[in-house]
Amino acid sequence: MSVNLSHQQRRILAYSIPVLAVFAALLFGAIMLVLLGANPIEGYSEMFVGAFGSGNALIATILKATPLLFVGTGIVIAFRANVINIGAEGQMVLGGLFATMAALYLPDLPAIIMVPVILLAGLAGGALWGWIPGMLKAYYRVNEILSTIMLNIVAVQLMSYLLRGPLIDPAEIEKGTRIPQTERLMESADLPIIFGDRFHIGPILAVLCAIATYYLLWRTPLGYRLRAVGLSEHAARYAGIPVRRTIALALTMSGALAGLAGAVLVFGSESHRMVTDGSTMGFTGSAGFNGIVAALLGGLHPLWTIPASFLFGGLIVGGQALQRAVQVPSALIVALNGLVVIFVVAADRYRVKLLTTDGRDEEIADDGSMPLDDDDSALGSVYDAAPRGTESYGQDEFGEDPR
Amino acid sequence: MSEVFTTAVMVAVLASAIRLAVPLLLAALGETFGQRSGVLNLGVDGIMLLGAFTGYYAVLKTDNVWLGLLAGAIVGLILGLASAVIAVTLKAEQGISGIGVFLFGLGMSDLLFQKLVGTPIPISQFPQLDIPLLSDIPYIGEIFFQHSLVIYLAFLSIPVATFVINRTTFGMKIRAVGEYPDAADTLGVSVAGVRYATEIIGGTLAGIAGAVLAITLGIFQQNLTNGAGFIAIALVYFGAWRPTGIMLGALLFGFVNALVLELKTQEIIPRDLSNIASMAPAIITILALVLVARRFRAPSALTKPFTRGK
Repeated sequence: MSVNLSHQQRRILAYSIPVLAVFAALLFGAIMLVLLGANPIEGYSEMFVGAFGSGNALIATILKATPLLFVGTGIVIAFRANVINIGAEGQMVLGGLFATMAALYLPDLPAIIMVPVILLAGLAGGALWGWIPGMLKAYYRVNEILSTIMLNIVAVQLMSYLLRGPLIDPAEIEKGTRIPQTERLMESADLPIIFGDRFHIGPILAVLCAIATYYLLWRTPLGYRLRAVGLSEHAARYAGIPVRRTIALALTMSGALAGLAGAVLVFGSESHRMVTDGSTMGFTGSAGFNGIVAALLGGLHPLWTIPASFLFGGLIVGGQALQRAVQVPSALIVALNGLVVIFVVAADRYRVKLLTTDGRDEEIADDGSMPLDDDDSALGSVYDAAPRGTESYGQDEFGEDPR
Repeated sequence: MSEVFTTAVMVAVLASAIRLAVPLLLAALGETFGQRSGVLNLGVDGIMLLGAFTGYYAVLKTDNVWLGLLAGAIVGLILGLASAVIAVTLKAEQGISGIGVFLFGLGMSDLLFQKLVGTPIPISQFPQLDIPLLSDIPYIGEIFFQHSLVIYLAFLSIPVATFVINRTTFGMKIRAVGEYPDAADTLGVSVAGVRYATEIIGGTLAGIAGAVLAITLGIFQQNLTNGAGFIAIALVYFGAWRPTGIMLGALLFGFVNALVLELKTQEIIPRDLSNIASMAPAIITILALVLVARRFRAPSALTKPFTRGK
């Protein structure tokens, strides 16, 4: 069918495919709403109003989109280097924990110092949690999908331990309620408010990160190396690129951005505490997973991930409004979230197909050679690459140690 | 300290290790079929959760544990089929679509529980079936031969799976499709067909694993599996894609879980440190992956969708 389409038509179609996938998932959700005895039309109109219908709703959507954009930008970096980072949930937790500890243990300094310090601490926590699976993949050939999932489990237990024990609010012990949360963290570390009463600098930082990532990936030698490794490890090695170090770095950077999201979640929250309900999702709101979807919605391009995150943030905020309005359990939103992930991922191949068959043969990219056109490669996806994550197992993929 | 190491306690821990190993074993065995044919199903945990809920609900309504197992199996089969559509026909990125299946199962099982049951009501568990004579052997009998029928059947499925994978035509097709899909396709083997079959087997076993978990515990709650499905996937790597290796891995995890549980109830691990102890399975998994990753090779077509002529 795509044979008769012009270049321009194909592009438009390619970009609308992920959006259509979201609508397909919502259609599925409508059936579930009917089965639950709720009116889907009423539900979805509440959803739209709740997400985009007022100034307040827009602010809520933008704030919800912020962690998605941080995580999504990191996912873009990892994907471009042909690494799948499922560990953003844990990386966000570590970022939140590191930033919280920095605020608890450092002396009270002026905001101009404290805010960068806690952000850097969050960055470091996430980077650490990305570096571990990165090293394990690059040097021990451990599948990063599995190791990052395991590290998510370790992270949530660590968070529960720290917030129930060493980091718990002393007032909680006095009262005997023992809610696992920290005390109200120092005010000088609060993210500065730009306007209104809760619109903080987080969204601006996230957008800056996305722009910086675009610059990094397409305008610097490091970005070139990351993309070269993603397109073909073999070719990259022949070109003298340290493949292993680049893979480890990709996951570390991806983790660092997720860690930043964690720090922003804690210090941009209304309570200015770190709280846990004993699950990662209780802290992240599944942003570690949804960031992946935002990145896919954005065609694995850092700049397109900005509007994609905004849309996805709206979906989440709207979902909560829907749930309140038609009185269904919040578990429905988790299930719907899963459907959106499935539909967007399943549709992604068709988006890539439309773009890669455009003007040049698909085979070229699959042979592992580098695409000549910068612009087109920016719109492609990890599927352009010949070697895929798990297959590097025990195969002669890495050759000799570049160290 | 001393009371941990009494024989009675150790025997109880080992017996419970075997019981705790079974859901992992069944789910990992199912995942093995899929992975040997080249499909990574990351949604096992979600399928287990829905299998667990339907199993629980069926037993709650009928008071028949076997109907519970059947209900879990049917839900698993349907979700296995859905996973196959996503991974084989739609060729989705398997590392991510599975997370979607997991989230769907997590939310859906909780939603159904809240809508249909509400407050957790305990259900009947599997009846214990002592093996005559063998169960009377001191220690050995209590550890190995005083379980329910499901546990024995689960362990019997290990040699069956080994036989199917290594000695039957179907098993040969699975391996061919997982290693050299192009060659298999040329010889007239339907790559998609085999992968659909293995995904359905995997889904069914995951559904059964969830039902076994819920009926063994006699209860359902939100996120009942607590990541067991993900551990099961790691076990497939750990066991080097071989049923016997997977059984050993499942037993090791069953033992670690049983031991941690025992140490927690005896308060040898203080309450404050119980979260640290709960990290053990995940950390052991990572270490195990480091150990096996260099030694064994995954099926070469794993996670790669097949397109003819490419």
